[in-house]
Amino acid sequence: MGKLYEELSQDYRVVEGLKTCINCGTCTAICPAAEFYKYDPRKIMDIVQSKDDAEIEKLLKSDVIWYCGECMSCVTRCPRKNGPGLVLMALRNLSAKKGWFTCSEKGRQLYPLTKMLTGNILNYGYCVYPETFKWEDHKESGPVWKWHTEHLKDNFERLGANYQGKGPGVLRKIPQESLDELKRIFDVTGGTERIEFVEQCSRKKAEEMGMDMEEYFRMTFETTSEGHLNNED
Amino acid sequence: MIYQGKQKIWSEYQKEIPDDRWFYVRSCIRQNFFPGSERMFMEICRNVLGKDFYETEHHTTCGGIAYHCDTIPQETVMTIVARQFALMTEAGYENYVASCITSFGNYAEILETWREFPELEAKIRELLWKACRREFNKPKYLAHASDLIYKYRNEIASRAKYRLVNKETGEPLKVVEHIGCHYSKMFPSKGVGGAEYPYVLCGMVEAWGGNVIDYPERRHCCGYGFRQYHVKANRGYSLSNTYKKFESMEPYHPDMIITNCPGCPYFLDRWQYVIAESEGKTYGQNGYGIPVFTYEEVAGLVLGYDPWDLGLQLHQVAVEPLLDKIGVEYNPEDKYKGLNKKDIMRPGLPDVLKCC
Repeated sequence: MGKLYEELSQDYRVVEGLKTCINCGTCTAICPAAEFYKYDPRKIMDIVQSKDDAEIEKLLKSDVIWYCGECMSCVTRCPRKNGPGLVLMALRNLSAKKGWFTCSEKGRQLYPLTKMLTGNILNYGYCVYPETFKWEDHKESGPVWKWHTEHLKDNFERLGANYQGKGPGVLRKIPQESLDELKRIFDVTGGTERIEFVEQCSRKKAEEMGMDMEEYFRMTFETTSEGHLNNED
Repeated sequence: MIYQGKQKIWSEYQKEIPDDRWFYVRSCIRQNFFPGSERMFMEICRNVLGKDFYETEHHTTCGGIAYHCDTIPQETVMTIVARQFALMTEAGYENYVASCITSFGNYAEILETWREFPELEAKIRELLWKACRREFNKPKYLAHASDLIYKYRNEIASRAKYRLVNKETGEPLKVVEHIGCHYSKMFPSKGVGGAEYPYVLCGMVEAWGGNVIDYPERRHCCGYGFRQYHVKANRGYSLSNTYKKFESMEPYHPDMIITNCPGCPYFLDRWQYVIAESEGKTYGQNGYGIPVFTYEEVAGLVLGYDPWDLGLQLHQVAVEPLLDKIGVEYNPEDKYKGLNKKDIMRPGLPDVLKCC
């Protein structure tokens, strides 16, 4: 057994998600990601249970582990009660921990994701927040959302929300003392360390690619190369 | 009692849902996109049915989206959840109800993981104490908010002003039900009816007069995929999954879709707009889309609430064709008005998708 596998097998999601995989491929058959991307969860399970560190390292540096949508449809269908989706989460966690996520295009997307989501949590107490969910970045949300974002206060007031207000209710302002507690939770559980490490690795990668961090953010958030999809060469 | 065959299997997916005294936690996505739905949930539970549903301003996100976008470690999300449980404990409640399906799946996963690995629960208790000086009891009962509306479905039906019936033909409306993946795909026994035949939304539709229609991709994901939507470069994944579902349901001519997940109604609504504008294809009648609703919006409609009080003006797919089929009264002039009929302009119209 290799050291990487040993580290991976410490993750509760691997303990729970990889018991007795028979490599039947049911997970791949049901997987929405496998239909879209060049992705085969059966092969990933096979590599992980091979305990071959060289192969696992290749996985951790690849695009492949970032294709899963974590819908967990595979968990329902597996005839042996494995959870390939859980194993994928553990692989991604290890890739982030090792700083290997910057080796792949899809892995590098961890930078904008971390910046957006943990920023929303620590600044507002929500994962998604109106002030940061811009229509310009979400044009699929349609003309109705454009109109909504131009009249946020009026629309939320009309619908009985407590937008940025005191007390309970929809989109209330979460009290500062509660946000302070979230920050301390991040500090003691490794959340803050993770944010800083993702930033540090991404900064290094941006330098290698000759970009400043704003350019790197836009590139990782907006662009994708050919070759990820099933119908591409 | 001796259970046999299917009866025994089915019994594993029945939930004895407590009737009253709930600690309520909100959904990040629903507060943004369906603010009227959460308000309607509280209105029905507290004011129509007289139940005790408590909410504190101090609760926060559960961190579920950040966790499923792989941006925070497992210990971080577990300690955020432990803090939510501490707030419940301090408020004197034991039944915990989440508005969000991602949260519900997150809570179920965490409670199951702690059950199997008590040393991890002990570690999280220490981390919570270190960070917040709080302690917690685990909920005696964990529910998703749709479980409660399912439980109250017959009481809602007994107070209904409208039914899910075509007023012209007298025929039940054809309803697609879409269940959020994290409701029961991970832990089938936690959802009403399990993962294969979830009954939580079917029960509502049947109680309120509609007919649930079956179609091949009924259990397929809407395509949220967390990082597959939040990163702009990946959104083709999300769109392709929704497209697959609509192509599959199209031959059955659904009148409407009911959902119990925060993201699903947003994606099933907005990607119809994108498919219409980019491919010229619409799935409803006469150039309209198929309207997509949350279960609270449907409950609110059958109870006779004004559609614009429910927030149906924030949908991109027009709901009016469905309101007209049922015979719901509404004033088209009020659709895009602010409070006290304040004029706040109106959205632009799509080029292809027909809107009102």
